[in-house]
Amino acid sequence: MLNRALIGKKYPPVVFNVEKQRLKFFAKATGQTDPLYFDEAYAVDQGHPSLLAPPTFLTTVSMEQEKPYQYLEDLNIKMGRLLHARQMYSYHAPVYAGDTITMESKIADMYDKKEGTLQFVVFESHFKNQKQNKVAKASSTLVVQ
Amino acid sequence: MENWNYNTVKVGDRIPHLTLEPISRTTLALYAGASGDHNPIHIDLDFAKKSGLPDVIAHGMLVMAYLGRALTNIIQQTVIQEFSVQFSSMTQIGDTLTCSGVVIEQINNDELKSITLDLVVSDSKGDKKLSGHAIIKLKKS
Repeated sequence: MLNRALIGKKYPPVVFNVEKQRLKFFAKATGQTDPLYFDEAYAVDQGHPSLLAPPTFLTTVSMEQEKPYQYLEDLNIKMGRLLHARQMYSYHAPVYAGDTITMESKIADMYDKKEGTLQFVVFESHFKNQKQNKVAKASSTLVVQ
Repeated sequence: MENWNYNTVKVGDRIPHLTLEPISRTTLALYAGASGDHNPIHIDLDFAKKSGLPDVIAHGMLVMAYLGRALTNIIQQTVIQEFSVQFSSMTQIGDTLTCSGVVIEQINNDELKSITLDLVVSDSKGDKKLSGHAIIKLKKS
């Protein structure tokens, strides 16, 4: 049984510089064909300040914290028992190359199904840019088997 | 790329299918690097076997990224308000994924036009990898 006393636990903020090279690498790795995501001149021509971060790019921010898997230790979970069950994003403003994004995350919920054989942990993250404008909210649900 | 004409879109309209190259170990290594998700279950066969799997599995977030491409191929990204998925089965090496989506709801009033899509990613055998939703919101001037 996961330690439900950890519901509400907050993790230190993560500050992430959105770099052009990283966006281009992400575009390559996801087979992107729309030049908006890897050709800056095209993006500017389309009315954007620079390369646009695609809808799921913010997932990279959480991986850049000093210990991205700290929560596994906190919850006493083995990495190999963990699967991604759900992911949700809501968007407030676009993220562009050159932005500095700050992410604040917490354990928002835990619950179980099938008489405790499947346990779920929900993380909630809020993202702001360098102007302190909200850019997105994410909710990730992981299942421990 | 050509965007949808939001004025004529109606319930039942589909986004164009996006079919990807089969998932390879290179695909997963590249995505691990680009996303920073170095969970060995996606890149280390020995670790996957120790965890009781026959082989490494794809990152769920890679599959969601493909689905995001299918959306932004036809819908301007900046009008997407919400994008959510529920993963239903593991994506294996060699799987050929197809992303699809259909408009299930449309709200059109004085201030707002909103469109909700049902989304699915399946492999070539028809096994569903994830299902999801996107909500598009257009403000009227």
